Amino acid sequence: METFITNLLNGLQYSSYLVIVSVGLTIIFGVMKILNVAHGSFYAWGAYTSAFFIGKFSDMGWPDAFGFVIIFASAIAVGLVLGFIIERGLLRFMYGRDEVVIILATFGLFLVLEDVILLVFGVDPYFAYQPMAYLESVEVGGITRDVYGLSLILVSTLVAAGCWYGLNRTKWGNILKAVIFDREMSVSMGINVPMVYTVTFIGGTALGALGGAYIAPTVSVAPGLGGEVIVLSFAVVVIGGMGSIPGALIGSILIGLLRAISVHEFPQIELFVIFAVMAVVLVFRPEGLFAPAKVRKI
Amino acid sequence: MLTKKLIRGVGLAAVSAIAISGGAAQAQDATKQDTIKIAVAAFLSGGAAGPFGVPGRNGAELVIDAINAGKLPAPYAAKGFGGATAEGIFFDESGGATKQVAEYRNLVQKRGVNVVIGYVGSGNCIALSPVADELKTLTIFSTCGTPRIFEESPRSYVFRSMSHATADNIAAAHYVADKFPNLKGYTGINQNYSWGQDSWRDFDLTLQTRNSSAKASEKLQFPKIFAGQYGTEISALSLDKSELVHSSFWGGDLEAFVIQGGARGLFKKKTAVLTVGGAASYRLGKRMPDNIILGDRGPYGILVRDRKTALNTWFINAFKDRYGTYPSGPAYHYAQSILATKVAYDKAAASAGMAPTQEQVVAALKGATFESFSTTVDMALGNGHQAITEAAYGITRYNNEAGEPALTDVKFFPAKCVMPPDGVTSVDWIKGGMKGATCS
Repeated sequence: METFITNLLNGLQYSSYLVIVSVGLTIIFGVMKILNVAHGSFYAWGAYTSAFFIGKFSDMGWPDAFGFVIIFASAIAVGLVLGFIIERGLLRFMYGRDEVVIILATFGLFLVLEDVILLVFGVDPYFAYQPMAYLESVEVGGITRDVYGLSLILVSTLVAAGCWYGLNRTKWGNILKAVIFDREMSVSMGINVPMVYTVTFIGGTALGALGGAYIAPTVSVAPGLGGEVIVLSFAVVVIGGMGSIPGALIGSILIGLLRAISVHEFPQIELFVIFAVMAVVLVFRPEGLFAPAKVRKI
Repeated sequence: MLTKKLIRGVGLAAVSAIAISGGAAQAQDATKQDTIKIAVAAFLSGGAAGPFGVPGRNGAELVIDAINAGKLPAPYAAKGFGGATAEGIFFDESGGATKQVAEYRNLVQKRGVNVVIGYVGSGNCIALSPVADELKTLTIFSTCGTPRIFEESPRSYVFRSMSHATADNIAAAHYVADKFPNLKGYTGINQNYSWGQDSWRDFDLTLQTRNSSAKASEKLQFPKIFAGQYGTEISALSLDKSELVHSSFWGGDLEAFVIQGGARGLFKKKTAVLTVGGAASYRLGKRMPDNIILGDRGPYGILVRDRKTALNTWFINAFKDRYGTYPSGPAYHYAQSILATKVAYDKAAASAGMAPTQEQVVAALKGATFESFSTTVDMALGNGHQAITEAAYGITRYNNEAGEPALTDVKFFPAKCVMPPDGVTSVDWIKGGMKGATCS
């Protein structure tokens, strides 16, 4: 039973980390048809911004709990600033171009953003342990767990629920679905598609940044942080189906749980298991488990 | 006609002037070399930059400047490298072995670099060794750990100025066997590439030699390098019955593991051996838990902070004054390579009576023994190209009064206790019961 609880919590915790980042990636792809390699940089920018300000405010004597405000504020700030600049300054010139061109452009952007991080924050890692220290630890399933890590499950649940509600229960969600379904028809119906694109990209960027900002207190925030997460996010999105939010959710949970079980029972296949799942999905369902239906155009 | 003659005359004069000045420069090179170029490779971007690359670069820079100014304590007080002033060229080690080989060729063939030092990544060192021999350029590896460089084939122009990784793990196993004679089980978490796997192998083999009743866990953790998230692995380690956890994690991975493991109480339940933990001790400060067995890839950094030799005191004070922090292990590693360069140039220049050639410098370093900042370096292995030094471990205990990290129970292991004899590979030596080891 102890092992079951441990595997479940480990799996959900790891899934939560993947959900937050990959939902942003899949929303951007679903709406804008942009496979955004620079998404890893948004994660890194979120982590750096949050770690930097948590450290600064802590030095000024602010309480550790204020770190949570900084985490969410950092995600929103990175989303607004980076998302707006990149969408308006670069991506809007790419719409309608070949997907490979867009991948190359976002890959170039990824490299640029990584170097800008070095220019702005330097090469020394940042530590922002205060929010994690504030929530302390509890005994669950026979082992000690940090409450902060468990709180990630709550945050990702709220993110997933918020996305679902936004898409299915709001006017904005209907507009978004209309743009996803048929961009030209949406324009002819009077929807301001460029604005939808901008807002979507800002939202996706903020989600990527939120992943980094929330993880920052548990890691050493160092250059290269964004490289690892983008590979995992792509695996999640491919498994779940590109552009599908439920797909990203299920893909994350699948990877998280399988990885947790393999680390506990067969640690030697831990690296293999994530990409084995992806390969199996690609063989039997190349469009992913929950790929949105495509309209056949005549 | 007159114009043509004038042009021809001016042209001839120009060519002659260039030829004469070139010849004069060559003649001057043969008698006196005013400047040498030392290229220093260190991670200046990526996760290894903060804990390894930047301290390493700073250590090299500090010592190059001090040698140029003649400010090093005796016996290195003489100005320059064999009298020549060194120009340091610092470049980024990131980008993989292919990029590093191209960069190395560029530095030697286009920029006329005389010596290349540095490198943390073992993959880079392995890839560059044959290139250094091909280009006949003195190359001194500072930090990379793989024993394969000199065990797989002899090298002519390549040196390493510190012990290889085998010493770290043999010393760790000796320390554990001495401190915990009743140890029943041990496990490990190491990065899934040659560094992590070799480190675990050497530690495991040595501990089995010292304490065969201790059993290694069957569920060893080998996460991907730069994974960053170790929550699941920490759970697995916590549930494992082993009392001790070995890790050769380094850089951001090490720091993330310590932060996450600390919050999960891992280091209260298990004794951890962090073979490269010293590199993170100053940076983590109070967040480095107490009672961790800590190494720093040899007698460097926090392990030798209390060694009061003139060289070590100078290095610690000068580094603190310039960079605002104590020198960590990588700062020592790189500084040691610069010192090896000086030793070689001084010796070669003294014996040649003029600016030494590459071959003379290489011959001077081969098999040399010299005092470094914190230890004695003996180029005893790999036909005189691979150094052996002491190894050291201690136990973390934060000094609240001084407000800085500190170690207790620091133990030094002689070089011949933790490094194999020349001509024997590390694995064979350990498997054969470490014959000839001198540990007292």
